[in-house]
Amino acid sequence: MNKVNKANLPAAIFIFFLLIVWEIGALKMNASYILPTPIQIIKKIWELREALFTVHLPATMLVTGVGLAISVVLGLALAIAMDSSEIIRKTLYPLVVATQTIPITAIAPLFVVWFGYGIWSKIVVAVLMTFFPITITVYDGLRSARLEMAELLRTYGARRAEVFRIIKIPCALPYFFSAVKMAVPISIIGAAIGEWLGAQSGLGYFSRRMMSQLDGAGVFAPIVLLSAVAMIAVAILAVIEKKCVKWRGEN
Amino acid sequence: MLEFKNVSYQYDSEDFDIIDKLSFKIERGTFNSIIGISGCGKSTIFRLTNGLLKAKSGEITIDGISIQELKQYCGYMPQKDLLFPWLTVGENVEMPLNFRGKISKREKRNRAEQVLSDVGLQDCADKMPHELSGGMRQRASFARTLLTDSELLLLDEPFSALDFLTRLSMQEWLLDQCMKYNKTILFITHDVEEAILLSDNILVVEKTPISELKKISVPMEYPRTRKMLERRDILELKDELIDKLRAQMTV
Repeated sequence: MNKVNKANLPAAIFIFFLLIVWEIGALKMNASYILPTPIQIIKKIWELREALFTVHLPATMLVTGVGLAISVVLGLALAIAMDSSEIIRKTLYPLVVATQTIPITAIAPLFVVWFGYGIWSKIVVAVLMTFFPITITVYDGLRSARLEMAELLRTYGARRAEVFRIIKIPCALPYFFSAVKMAVPISIIGAAIGEWLGAQSGLGYFSRRMMSQLDGAGVFAPIVLLSAVAMIAVAILAVIEKKCVKWRGEN
Repeated sequence: MLEFKNVSYQYDSEDFDIIDKLSFKIERGTFNSIIGISGCGKSTIFRLTNGLLKAKSGEITIDGISIQELKQYCGYMPQKDLLFPWLTVGENVEMPLNFRGKISKREKRNRAEQVLSDVGLQDCADKMPHELSGGMRQRASFARTLLTDSELLLLDEPFSALDFLTRLSMQEWLLDQCMKYNKTILFITHDVEEAILLSDNILVVEKTPISELKKISVPMEYPRTRKMLERRDILELKDELIDKLRAQMTV
């Protein structure tokens, strides 16, 4: 067993223990339309595998992926703009914060009215929820580049663009990865919320449909799938991060 | 070599000129220490010299040419080593070469390895900065400063963060280096003994705002050893300097 697995062992044991408690509790309660057991959920995923994996999972992933891509581009652009100019920062920062005070679940139905039942209303929800952590975290990363380092480069004759490339980007890189790792699960949640509120496909939509049929396990099945996908995505990002960032938070 | 002519500088946050019509001259090939209490404006003189700050009035020249018309005329070594933690020691050391027009990768690498072995860090080019000790990092930082290929080196309290014994050996090491390279050096310190051991001339900041640097020649021949500090005339000089600095503390 390698090191990583060893480190995760306590968590794995604990989760297994919780699942057993859940299983026993749910069996005792015997109301699977409200609280299905883990085994029932797994069975359900298997039964519905065709619809889940070929229709609804791809639909949700499309929304998540497009939403995340837009958020990353938007977040990076905002962060760089705010870092580059004091006036831009003062103008945008409060606005960026204000977007986070919007109770998105409450106004998301409006997005459906505005953008239709297609993927764009869901993408807007996902973007609204994810661009904020990316913007703020990357902005902090750019700020973390120490002024003295930039000054030293300037004494060598470096121009502003060179300072940005040589110092700011490497300094912001670990922050960028943290931001994206945070944004992936949020983006998936955003997509699912969007689908809950009005869609024709997607895991959020599927979960809601099962809800109306009082199929407890059917409600949980897509949710379990969403969590699993989020965890896998974050794990993949962690591997990429390890390859790209060889240092972190020195000094 | 370096000359300040009636130079004044004022910080935006202050209502007086911290450097007030200052004039002084540094001869080629000499080692000059500026001593003064913390916050007296020593570093401001450095930042004016390396161009990070622009004088309000007056002129700073090198060999009679205003520094505004010069590029890469001085090597600045900051107080902290400021090695970029995401680059190898070799990449750090060759950094100044990146701003000196077209130099091939191989040549940069060769020069970095050469200068690293000069400062006693052979075989360190591929290490990361965090693998080096404090003294080694300062030597790498000095090597980087040398690769600016400047005649004039500005060393801003380079040893102040080191432990006592490392500092002693680094001082002796710097004495050796100076004999070897015969550069013109401006050195900031608040350690009187360090200033005496290393310098041809000591420039004392007697009061802030700085309108004058009191120049005191150190009557010791090179090569120097720490033993010489016990000579009677040197001990007297040390007392005199300490008194001068102390007088400023009570003002």
